[in-house]
Amino acid sequence: MTMIVGIPKELLPDELRVAATPTTVKRLLKQGFDVCIETNAGERSGFSDKSFQEAGARMVSSAKELYQLTDIVLKVQAPTSGEVDLIKGGTITLSYLWPAQNPELLKKLADRKINAIAMDAIPRISRAQKMDVLSSMANIAGYRAVIEAANHYGKFLNGQITAAGKVEPAKVLVIGAGVAGLAAIGAARSLGAIVRAFDTRKEVAEQISSMGAQFLTVEIEEDGATASGYSKVMSQAFIDAEMELFRKQAQEVDIIITTAQIPGREAPKLLFDYHVAAMKPGSVIVDLAASSGGNCTLTKPNEIYTTSNGVTVVGKVSQLPAQASQLYGNNLCHLLDDMGQAKNFKIDWNDDVVKRAMVTHNGVVNWPPEPLPVSSAKPKTDTATEMLAQKNLKEQKAKKKARSSAIGLVVVALLLLGLGQVAPSDFMGHFTVFVLAVFVGWQVIWNVTHALHTPLMSVTNAISGIIIIGGLLQMQVELSSPMTILAFVAVLVASINIVGGFLVTHRMLKMFRK
Amino acid sequence: MISTGIQTAAYLLASILFILSLGGLSSQQSAKRGVIYGIVGMAIAILSTLLGKEVEGHIYIIVALAVASVIGITVARKVEMTSMPQLVAILHSFVGLAAVLVGFGSYLDPQTHELMGSERNIHLVEVYIGVFIGAVTFTGSIIAWGKLEGKIMSKALIYKGRHAVNILIMLVTIVLGVRFGMADGTNGLIDLSIMTVLAAFLGVMLVMAIGGADMPVVVSMLNSYSGWAAAAAGFMLSNDLLIVTGALVGSSGAILSIIMCEAMNRSFFSVIFGGFGNTSSSSSAKIEGEVTSISHLEMAELIQESQSVVIVPGYGMAVAKAQYPINELVEYLKGKGKTVHFGIHPVAGRLPGHMNVLLAEANVPYDIVLEMDEINPDLPETDVVMVIGANDIVNPAAIEDTGSPIYGMPVIEVWKAKKVIVMKRSMAAGYAGIENPLFYKDNADMLYGDAKESVVSILHHLNNK
Repeated sequence: MTMIVGIPKELLPDELRVAATPTTVKRLLKQGFDVCIETNAGERSGFSDKSFQEAGARMVSSAKELYQLTDIVLKVQAPTSGEVDLIKGGTITLSYLWPAQNPELLKKLADRKINAIAMDAIPRISRAQKMDVLSSMANIAGYRAVIEAANHYGKFLNGQITAAGKVEPAKVLVIGAGVAGLAAIGAARSLGAIVRAFDTRKEVAEQISSMGAQFLTVEIEEDGATASGYSKVMSQAFIDAEMELFRKQAQEVDIIITTAQIPGREAPKLLFDYHVAAMKPGSVIVDLAASSGGNCTLTKPNEIYTTSNGVTVVGKVSQLPAQASQLYGNNLCHLLDDMGQAKNFKIDWNDDVVKRAMVTHNGVVNWPPEPLPVSSAKPKTDTATEMLAQKNLKEQKAKKKARSSAIGLVVVALLLLGLGQVAPSDFMGHFTVFVLAVFVGWQVIWNVTHALHTPLMSVTNAISGIIIIGGLLQMQVELSSPMTILAFVAVLVASINIVGGFLVTHRMLKMFRK
Repeated sequence: MISTGIQTAAYLLASILFILSLGGLSSQQSAKRGVIYGIVGMAIAILSTLLGKEVEGHIYIIVALAVASVIGITVARKVEMTSMPQLVAILHSFVGLAAVLVGFGSYLDPQTHELMGSERNIHLVEVYIGVFIGAVTFTGSIIAWGKLEGKIMSKALIYKGRHAVNILIMLVTIVLGVRFGMADGTNGLIDLSIMTVLAAFLGVMLVMAIGGADMPVVVSMLNSYSGWAAAAAGFMLSNDLLIVTGALVGSSGAILSIIMCEAMNRSFFSVIFGGFGNTSSSSSAKIEGEVTSISHLEMAELIQESQSVVIVPGYGMAVAKAQYPINELVEYLKGKGKTVHFGIHPVAGRLPGHMNVLLAEANVPYDIVLEMDEINPDLPETDVVMVIGANDIVNPAAIEDTGSPIYGMPVIEVWKAKKVIVMKRSMAAGYAGIENPLFYKDNADMLYGDAKESVVSILHHLNNK
């Protein structure tokens, strides 16, 4: 019996996404699953029932019927209590769950013997990047945050010099340089703004500058990187310095985008009323952490409003539902692919990804999982010291080389003097020519492009046929003389070289075309 | 008849033309002009020699030239580009043979017997060295040719104590050389002959001991030897043109050898004195992950979806003669507005620059064929890399595994691309005889089968869409 994957319509009115698109349906079918979709599931993200049917999915009219049919449920938002009641036992569900905030939901899922995978609990290891919904969604959110900000800012983002006068570029501060932050930096840069970014993790400085933003930092040695790949909570001294930095920046910048989130906790408060008060009228704050409490104390979730001093605070960001669904659906497909597709589907408890993301299994709640160390900071310091070591090594080598070439030159000079003592002047003349020719050859050949090394060999084949001159000079009139025979053969083989070498080189070079 | 002065001037002109000829190879645009310079230089050199007063027996010369031209033209026309390494190798052997013959000729030449004192000694040394290098080049190149042609097993032949044997031969050669120098008139002929045989044997053993993947180094080394042989002949004949040309060719071959050795991160001596694959592979890193494969249809879909494609060819492409369908594929992809590049490792193939010639033969424009150093920075932004018939040159162990025998060798870092497809006949190890962790990487898939058939099949799927 083939396994059936079901995709219900999302119940939350603000949720525009859907867990599958016609493209991902095709992928699921290719993996060997049957696909059922509730009617109108794709409506809010712009996918018609017809497009799903054409992709090969079966349409099911009600959620109840759908949950009865399916073995695997793909969803975006965590199932509501009502939905959980409809899902039959033994079903595998893939959705956001926010397990840390929803202990009752986990318990209920476990009681119903539902094997729930929390897509937001996929560990952040390199193998699982392709299924990391937080990254794929954060990427969209970061981009969208800049677009929203530009919309509410109401001025140019790029600097311009026009006949009517000069326009200063907008200054954007991005707080938190995770996936969303980096995407926001990229989007803001490409609109022409001057971008600064702050993050407590020192290791992201390089990523920030590679995106074209300036990395802001405080003068306190403390690294916020943790083994989980997220930032940790910092010391009080650090936070004070950070707040002071933000206050100064708030006076300067036109747009602030905050992206700081700590999994399973309320978002850290980074911008207070005095920050907002310091900002110029017309400035914009986009708070991407709004759903988990907001990084700014003045943020109102799902609301956009203007404060008394004219600062627009954006607490909701559109999801770009079609693309978000596509990426989310791809993430799900990758996970199912990793779990063995339809044919060999199994819950492999040795798999790091499944072990951590499957938060309920056979009636048992599996949360929180054991920590998984994935620090990327450690190898970095290693490479730094390694680079230093390599540099030292290089210097040593260079010194050694200089010394040995000096010794070499002295030896060569002595040898030449010795040779000059014994050798006749005639020989020394030829020897001079020889050595100079070696040097000329050395200089010329290094300039030959790698692509032409084969023609180089064949042309040197041809010109080394110059040895024919030896044969020509030794040729005698009498055929019986051994010298004549030797010379004849020498001329013969040397001229094969000349003719063959030049011809084949010419043939080869004719083939090289742009 | 022309005077010696004019002849010298003509030789000087020929030398300049030869230098310009090699200089022309610095770019594809000037290369064809370079060959013309070479041909003109050679014509001037031969004509001015023939017109000189020392030359006799013109009739034999004309016969030899005529016969050689027919052979040369036939070979040059017929040779397949995949067999270029063989042709180059056999042409080296001819230079070696000519050097031996000229050396003997010079020894027998009655004119040289008039030399006295140190001049005579120097001449004898020149003859001896010239014949020695010539003989080593001659037999060595023949063995190289046989290995490349597949007539002799390409695996390195290594027996115990071969270094001792080689050293013994060198010692005997020196002793014979001293006896040769003492002998009056042409009495040293026997010593010279014995030495030639020994040198020929040395040439055989030298190349027999070198394995398949090291062939580019051997061929360029023999290229160098053939140049030194010509230069040695120049010394014995007191002919500056031969000296200059020989020196040019000699340094050219030496530079190629250095480039090849650097590309394999091995010293010249380790190549000459020991084969690859025989070093015990004490790889410290255990390979994790599993090998995944992909079908031709999936491959076609994959490249349909990607924007940038890089193709890394190796010797397997030459063996399968896959360059023609590959060019079709490239044309198709470029027609779809995708960027396609080739990444060429310096030691890909069996001859320096071999891949470039094969791709040029199939009409791949050379401006999309990039060197390793040019392509490596682009790879992280590349959607798909197709590795066709290459193995060791894309082995991540060279960078990641300090215990690997190829650690430190510069490689094309294909695994940094978003997706890598390795087209290969089987899971067998490359010439270096070591496992390739690339195949186990998550972003790498294998496409098994003959390279040519695979590419044809992918094209078929693409065209039927």
